[in-house]
Amino acid sequence: MIDSSKGLIEIRDLDYSRGHREIFKGLNISIERGKVTAIMGPSGTGKTTLLRLITRQLVPDHGTILVDGIDIAKLNQRDLYKLRRRFGMLFQNGALLTDINVFENVAFPLREHTRLPNRLIRHVVLTKLHAVGLRGAADMMPAELSGGMARRVALARAMVMDPDILIYDEPFVGLDPISMGVIVRLVRKMNDALGISSILVSHDVQEIATVSDCSYLISDGKVAASGSPDELSNTSSELVRQFMHGMADGPVAFHFAAPNYAEQLLGRDVE
Amino acid sequence: MLRETWYTLIDFVRTFGALQLFFLRLLINSPTIILRRGGLVVKQVYNAGALSLVIIMVCGLFVGGVLGLQGYSNLSKFNAEDSVGTFAAFSLLKELGPVITALLFAGRAGTALASEIGLMKATDQLSAMEMMAINPLRRVLVPRFLGGVISMPFLAAIFSVVGLFGAHIVAVNLLGVDPGAFWQQMQSTLEISDINEGIIKSFVFGVVASLLAVWEGYNAIPTAEGVSRATTRTVVITAIAVLIIDFMITASFI
Repeated sequence: MIDSSKGLIEIRDLDYSRGHREIFKGLNISIERGKVTAIMGPSGTGKTTLLRLITRQLVPDHGTILVDGIDIAKLNQRDLYKLRRRFGMLFQNGALLTDINVFENVAFPLREHTRLPNRLIRHVVLTKLHAVGLRGAADMMPAELSGGMARRVALARAMVMDPDILIYDEPFVGLDPISMGVIVRLVRKMNDALGISSILVSHDVQEIATVSDCSYLISDGKVAASGSPDELSNTSSELVRQFMHGMADGPVAFHFAAPNYAEQLLGRDVE
Repeated sequence: MLRETWYTLIDFVRTFGALQLFFLRLLINSPTIILRRGGLVVKQVYNAGALSLVIIMVCGLFVGGVLGLQGYSNLSKFNAEDSVGTFAAFSLLKELGPVITALLFAGRAGTALASEIGLMKATDQLSAMEMMAINPLRRVLVPRFLGGVISMPFLAAIFSVVGLFGAHIVAVNLLGVDPGAFWQQMQSTLEISDINEGIIKSFVFGVVASLLAVWEGYNAIPTAEGVSRATTRTVVITAIAVLIIDFMITASFI
């Protein structure tokens, strides 16, 4: 297990429920500086919720989240926005603004936060677009982009303010193998070339194995296992094996909780 | 049953309170946006106002035409067909101008606002702004709200003017009312307070229609069904609110 006592982001004893459903109970995670950390788990374990908690789009019921030693629950809106400028986030669907073109989407944070002259903004935006290989698509509208391209533009936008921490929410979902390979390489390249830290939420085990330095597997609101990809694939835990090897049945049951099959077919459950 | 009614009542009071707080937040942020980001407001005045012009003018022309017809056919029973101009002017400036414009505004611009904001929410665009340390309330909601508030009085005024033109075409050009009498009677009976009543109504309706559209969009459940429901609610609630408030303002002017 990874030592969770010090790191760039520290999550301690986190509890979070939505309605009556407990999503996290006593979650502890430590995200180290300069590394690519993957957060994995079966669908519906609250991986995206965790990202929203880390960035305080949601507030935990209990427990603390420290970013660089700062308890984010205690920040007022101004300080929170200041902290968020250190984050870049890539949403599942890219979340590009649909009424402006690719260039303006990437320029958006610059225009909102800085008073840079247009010439400089152009320079910065083209550099970022070049880094994701889409300088030629600068004049296209978001609706004209494929899923993979939209995600690359969103990545350029997430990088444009030079963040310290890049967060990827399911970056590989629904991509063809070529686009997926491109994104995998970009995640690694951005992390190492820019000296940033990356958090990656995904359930694509193969891709994570090639890109991450360490991974957390979340199940039932807790960390079920953590370690490097090799450590995880050689584990003895049934749950981790089921997840890493994509087995249909195991500790995570194939069947959702239901009454007895035979009884239900015979209509006896109604009585 | 009693318990359900009680919960519905509490829910209504809570929503109404939240709506007022939301309105306050829009107002507090408005001066900064007007002073520093005027361009965003101008764009929304174009979206809510300029793009609604055609529908407002066409409807105004025909509503005015109907007033000309109805006014002529009823007033001529008392040999008072010369008053058709006054009749049309009172109806349009005090009631029909602001009210119909507000209803059309809710249907054309209000639905566009609610669905646009709802879809921005559903596609994570608002969350993405939050993550870029940009407050969506200031960047997205306030300019749209102000765009509506600024546009409405102008649209209502244009509706009334085009309506008078329509009434003139029908009464004077088609039915043969004396043009001098048409304008002269209007001029001598209309008071400035009548025009003020229309202006106040159109301004208040502009605030209500824009507020409700922005509110519904922002609070839409981020799914296809949620956004469509928010769009429908925008029109229904705006129509009800406008008619109730219209009654109140009219009563206060009498």
